[in-house]
Amino acid sequence: MSGIEIKNLHKRWATFDAVRDVSFTVAPGTLTVLLGPSGCGKSTTLRLIAGLDAATSGQILIGGRDVTTAPPARRGLAMVFQNYALFPHLSVAENILFGLKVRRVPAAERTRRLRKAADILGLGALLERKPSQLSGGQQQRVALGRAIVAEAPICLMDEPLSNLDAQLRHEMRKEIRSIQQSLNMTMVYVTHDQIEAMSLADQVILMRGGSIEQKAAPVDLYLKPATSFAARFIGTPPMNLIALANGKGGAIVKGSQGPALVEGSGDGLLLGLRPEEIRIEREGIVPATIRSIEYHGADSILECAVGDQLLLVRVEGIRRHTVGDTVRLGWLPEAMHIFDEAQSQRVERKVLVRQAEPALRVAT
Amino acid sequence: MTGAKNQITAWLLLLPAVVLLAAFTHVPAVMTFINSFYSTPRGTRPAKFKGVDQYANMLADPVFLAALKNNAIYAIGTVPAAIGLSLLMALIVNSSIRGKSLLRMSFFLPTVLPMIAVANIWLFFYTPGYGLIDRVLAPFGFAETNWLGDPSTALGSLMVLAVWKEAGFFMIFYLAALQQISPSLSEAASLEGASRWYFFRRVTFPLLMPTTLFVLINAIINSFRLIDHVIVLTRGGPDNASTLLLYYIYQTGFRFWDTGYAAALTMVLLALLAALAFIQFGVLDRKVHYK
Ligand SMILES: Nc1ncnc2c1ncn2[C@@H]1O[C@H](COP(=O)(O)OP(=O)(O)O)[C@@H](O)[C@H]1O
Ligand SMILES: [Mg+2]
Repeated sequence: MSGIEIKNLHKRWATFDAVRDVSFTVAPGTLTVLLGPSGCGKSTTLRLIAGLDAATSGQILIGGRDVTTAPPARRGLAMVFQNYALFPHLSVAENILFGLKVRRVPAAERTRRLRKAADILGLGALLERKPSQLSGGQQQRVALGRAIVAEAPICLMDEPLSNLDAQLRHEMRKEIRSIQQSLNMTMVYVTHDQIEAMSLADQVILMRGGSIEQKAAPVDLYLKPATSFAARFIGTPPMNLIALANGKGGAIVKGSQGPALVEGSGDGLLLGLRPEEIRIEREGIVPATIRSIEYHGADSILECAVGDQLLLVRVEGIRRHTVGDTVRLGWLPEAMHIFDEAQSQRVERKVLVRQAEPALRVAT
Repeated sequence: MTGAKNQITAWLLLLPAVVLLAAFTHVPAVMTFINSFYSTPRGTRPAKFKGVDQYANMLADPVFLAALKNNAIYAIGTVPAAIGLSLLMALIVNSSIRGKSLLRMSFFLPTVLPMIAVANIWLFFYTPGYGLIDRVLAPFGFAETNWLGDPSTALGSLMVLAVWKEAGFFMIFYLAALQQISPSLSEAASLEGASRWYFFRRVTFPLLMPTTLFVLINAIINSFRLIDHVIVLTRGGPDNASTLLLYYIYQTGFRFWDTGYAAALTMVLLALLAALAFIQFGVLDRKVHYK
């Protein structure tokens, strides 16, 4: 089993830095997700690891061995491409066995591995078909099959599910995770879908503009975003970021009458609050006016104005709120995230919000 | 009612095309077929029905047999060479080498030139003594060669020109097909450790088969269809060493004015091309398509 270590990786295309000073490690047998908006350098990073593109500077170690300049085949990895990269003229079986034939794996061993992969992926009945006779989900499985039979210690995936519909995406996500765990693969998985990242990863590497914004376990990324970008990227709907201002006794929501929420000055700070952490409470912390309501079935998203700031609040079920109502919003002290607006970095400030009494936390 | 009206509209829309096609292709073909059974009318002597006599005469016609043999050599020599060369050029131009747009243009250039112009250029290349080829070969001790005037080199000289002229055209089809092949296929193969040759043999070439079939048919048809260079360079000579079938038909029909015999020769050429096309489409087609 081998892990991956990336040190100060840099990739420059002509005049454009696609990957800037990226460093991270992937522990053996774990799944790391490269997450970020389109164009942030995820695929480039993955292709550098695979050896499909050459790094401008930096180092790539796989299993402790420096492979920065090694050809792709010498890196001991398999890769699943976004478009699956199936050979259209070869049958499913031939596609899966392509690499083994290249490497002159004996026929008996090839058959064994093919059968195993077909079992895992439920491809048994499709082995003689051509890729064009398969559905998107089945093609995806063939691509996975190719990675499985390689029995490479490392598997790279570039947005493997983005061409599938939502239902299938959900199923395949679980399947990929279970294959990764049962085969004990070291996996690097690229996606722009934060839900996919959160549900799959042992470690999420959030990228932006070619650099790493934050690397953390999914829970930590959610609970402790390091930057305002990370805060807004994770969660549906994303975290509210509202401007604070100087007020009496501490920082208040900009444009509001208080109360003070954070100790010290408030100008230039942002307060982050997740919509699902905010409650409508009789004894809530700040008064707010409901601006609009969006019903989602199991829950609803209310848009509320506090001072001159707007924030989204997720409430369960369909409540009896109407647009224009004045309510009070409350939250737990640990739900508050403070960011420096100019630097967009997280800052630690003493929070002045008290833990509400359990009896008072009954929603109206 | 509307159905009948639609029918009429459809036929009216088709009419111009049908008229043109019939007038310039189908009617002449049928007329040629009929004429091939009649002798050539001369002066006051009208055409006389001769049955298959003219077809039988061909078997004893040394020039026809020479033209048939020459054309076979010409096709077998130029078609694979032009296809191979065009594929090679397409692969070169499709790779990421420097100056590839210049290369692409220079490969394609012979195609945009008219055959007559190409033949004139090569006339200079082949000129004995001070032509390009002799000039280049002279320092290596080669004697002056009359490339087009010597029966042993005349046909070969025409073939070289044909390959040069055709390859650039076929390259465009290969290039288009190559650009349809997703680059991730070669990346997937390189991750598996496949060499470039292995990848070409097992992936690129099979994926290009439909293009190869198309190019093959065109190349073969062209090898029977293009004779401009024969007219410019050798006029079939010396001693019919470079006579091709169509050139012989042209000579028979428009030099000797033996239109009856020319019609019979034309039918043979048509039958030959039809048979080749049938073999290619009918037999190869089934093996070629992967989708
Ligand atoms: N071959 C290339 N040449 C030039 N620029 C490239 C190339 N590949 C990617 N880029 C640029 O690098 C940036 C990162 O691309 P990529 O890694 O594909 O982003 P993503 O995070 O969406 O996968 C993009 O701005 C893209 O335009
Ligand atoms: Mg990408």
